Amino acid sequence: MTDAVAVVLMLGVVLYSVFGGADFGAGFWDLVAGDAQRGERPRALIDHSIGPVWESNHVWLIFSLVLLWTGFSSAFASITTTLFVPLTLAALGIVLRGSSFAFRKSVLRTRDRRNFGAAFAASSVITPYCMGAVAGAIASGRVPSGGKSGDPWTSWINPTSVLGGVLAVTVCAYLAAVFLTSDARRLEQGDLVDYFRTRALGAAVVAGIVAIGGVFVLRDDSRYLYDGLTSRALPLVVISAVCGIGSIVLLVRHAQHLARLAAVGAVATVVGGWGVAQWPYILPTSLKVSQAAAPSQTMTALLVVFGVAVVVLGPSLGLLWVLDQRSLLPAEGAVSRPSTSS
Amino acid sequence: MTVLPGAAGALLAVNPVPWARSQMAFTLGFHIVLVPLGVSWAFMALVANYRAVKHDDADALLLAQRWSKYMAVTFAVGAVTGTVLTFEFGLLWPKFMGRFGSAFGIPFAVEGLFFFLEAIFVAIYIFGWRRLRPWPHFWTGVPVVIAGIGGSVSVVAANSWMNEPAGFTMNSAGKITSVDPVGVIFNKAMPYESAHMVVAAYLVGGFLIASVYAMGMLRGRRDRYHRLGFIIPFTVAAIATPVQMAVGDTLARWVYNNESEKFAAIELVPKTASDVPETLFGHLNSNGQVTGGIKIPGLASWLSDPSTGKATTIKGLNTVPASSRPTLSEVNIVHLAWDVMIGMGTLLLLLSLWYAASWLFRRDLPRSRWFLRIATCAGVAAIVAMEAGWVVTEVGRQPWIVHNYLTVEDAATANHGVWITFLSVLAVYAVLGVTTVLVLRGMSRRWRREQESDADAPYGPRRPPALDGAEKRKVPVG
Repeated sequence: MTDAVAVVLMLGVVLYSVFGGADFGAGFWDLVAGDAQRGERPRALIDHSIGPVWESNHVWLIFSLVLLWTGFSSAFASITTTLFVPLTLAALGIVLRGSSFAFRKSVLRTRDRRNFGAAFAASSVITPYCMGAVAGAIASGRVPSGGKSGDPWTSWINPTSVLGGVLAVTVCAYLAAVFLTSDARRLEQGDLVDYFRTRALGAAVVAGIVAIGGVFVLRDDSRYLYDGLTSRALPLVVISAVCGIGSIVLLVRHAQHLARLAAVGAVATVVGGWGVAQWPYILPTSLKVSQAAAPSQTMTALLVVFGVAVVVLGPSLGLLWVLDQRSLLPAEGAVSRPSTSS
Repeated sequence: MTVLPGAAGALLAVNPVPWARSQMAFTLGFHIVLVPLGVSWAFMALVANYRAVKHDDADALLLAQRWSKYMAVTFAVGAVTGTVLTFEFGLLWPKFMGRFGSAFGIPFAVEGLFFFLEAIFVAIYIFGWRRLRPWPHFWTGVPVVIAGIGGSVSVVAANSWMNEPAGFTMNSAGKITSVDPVGVIFNKAMPYESAHMVVAAYLVGGFLIASVYAMGMLRGRRDRYHRLGFIIPFTVAAIATPVQMAVGDTLARWVYNNESEKFAAIELVPKTASDVPETLFGHLNSNGQVTGGIKIPGLASWLSDPSTGKATTIKGLNTVPASSRPTLSEVNIVHLAWDVMIGMGTLLLLLSLWYAASWLFRRDLPRSRWFLRIATCAGVAAIVAMEAGWVVTEVGRQPWIVHNYLTVEDAATANHGVWITFLSVLAVYAVLGVTTVLVLRGMSRRWRREQESDADAPYGPRRPPALDGAEKRKVPVG
């Protein structure tokens, strides 16, 4: 039962990393898209792509947090006690990001759009960095269990956390660029296909380099995680590498939609690999998943809620996705499909 | 704060408890204003939408469409401020979550389900205007209404659990060993509290939205569009108000029977007594005497249980040891908040009766400009009433975070930097609040200037293509 809830929790984290990650990454490309004139069309595509889906992507985070605090309360308390600073920054980043994105869509003046856009883009980088740093802090065993507080600063400013933060930002940028390439293709915006394809390739290479360099960081700084990644999680790491390289090849060969699948596979397996690598610990190496688990009735309740969620939300998300992919949910003033009627 | 030099470290070593309380109170108080909009606005938009599609009513259609666009903004702000609360439970109250998360979290898991559903269908409804067919589009709004109600019931179930903890067993070390999820969700206070909040959401949402159109009508915009924009939400609120009075009265009597120290604070009863007067305003002084205010003899006793009338005994604060009941100043806050809530509620009830009488006898809105003037203020009054009611339930529970199990003091983080996060949150939320209002007002002004631009025509012919939206944006407007 506990293991099942742990798997569901990990699933939530993976889905947040993939879908939330693509949203954050889109903010990154918004940030570096240049001045108002040059960046106009890429930004319009970004707006269009995030528009209808951002709020539901965002819910994966709440889902994971609630699952963690209900199913593994003591681990949650330890994490929030030690990692107060990066979690606070992430929360503020989410406020800035979510609200400024919504505001930007609702104002027309260039100056207003630029200000909200800047807040949106900057917080799109800060938030995933902090999340990655938090993951690094947990994975490297810097969050002690049992009501003790770890160091408020070095727990998240250390080699593994910096790796986690940088990797999170680059992976988000990579995912987003791949998604945006695919969206640009779907909307038949030829120049934007090339624009984002170039960036996707660049981000893929950077993310690959960071990941390879990360191996050495982890070997020195997070031995338990390193050992896990090179043993029980090795198959996932290999799949991730294959998917990552595969997505590059597919991008080069202009197979955007398949590249998107490969990119999702690469990110999902690396995040899942983290979970497998630190198994059976929820806080390596002081608190096991089984020790942190809530009473079995709570776990059953969580699984029941999850079951209902799959039955109810699955089709709903499917509907949203299908409508979005068919361009039946056009955003205001965004790029729409070039003329088929004129 | 190991990296800080000693002196600075000492300077920053501020007791976190009051700051954590302030931050939680402030962020919750902010979020709770957005809740009614999230819960009830979709319903009102659907009323307009239904009318529009059923009776081919262009004004109602425009109203529903614009409301859904405002909703996109308030829903986004509500979503992020709600996320902050999720973080704060852990960041500010780690010992609460660590010990009780396995019980307290269950209603939140259910809430997560509803919120997810709401987010999905809000997106479909808001973005579906142009390309979906009318009736299917209308139906995509219905899950938003259901999820809004379900979500707020779940969250309030968690809050009422804090007042009436149930559904778990604890060993001698204070660790929860088994949980009864149904018992947690359906704790004794849950039906009353959640009914009170859901009705409040419709009441506040209705008065708030209507107040905007009342102001417009006062400024001479008396067209059918504005009338409709006033009538739909105001009718919802006017129906909700008497219902809320009945629900609130039932809840108060339940508190009288079950949470005597909270009730004693509400009615300012220092010592157990019968024939207790209802004191309007006034306060309890440090000698344990009620001073000031207007006393209505015997009314508090009579209201607590009309069957025994003035002879009804009300348990006083003295029945609970001082360490487990609200402090003197907290008692006075609870009492004042109670009076404010009841006062505002009564005024809103009178306003609703005026409106109802006018419809009954004249089949029209009240003719007096004073009606519109008061209706303009009703939105703020309703928010004040809701905030006051929330203060009653929260401050009335002090010093407990989980009644009789865990105090706020013991639940709080030991992190000395909370005062910094509180000030940051204050600054960010101040900007957020002002910006939200400015953006909503900007949207309304823009639409008034543009009048009906066919660019946004709902259910209209497929738009002529491509990028015209992006080009339009280059032209600076205003």
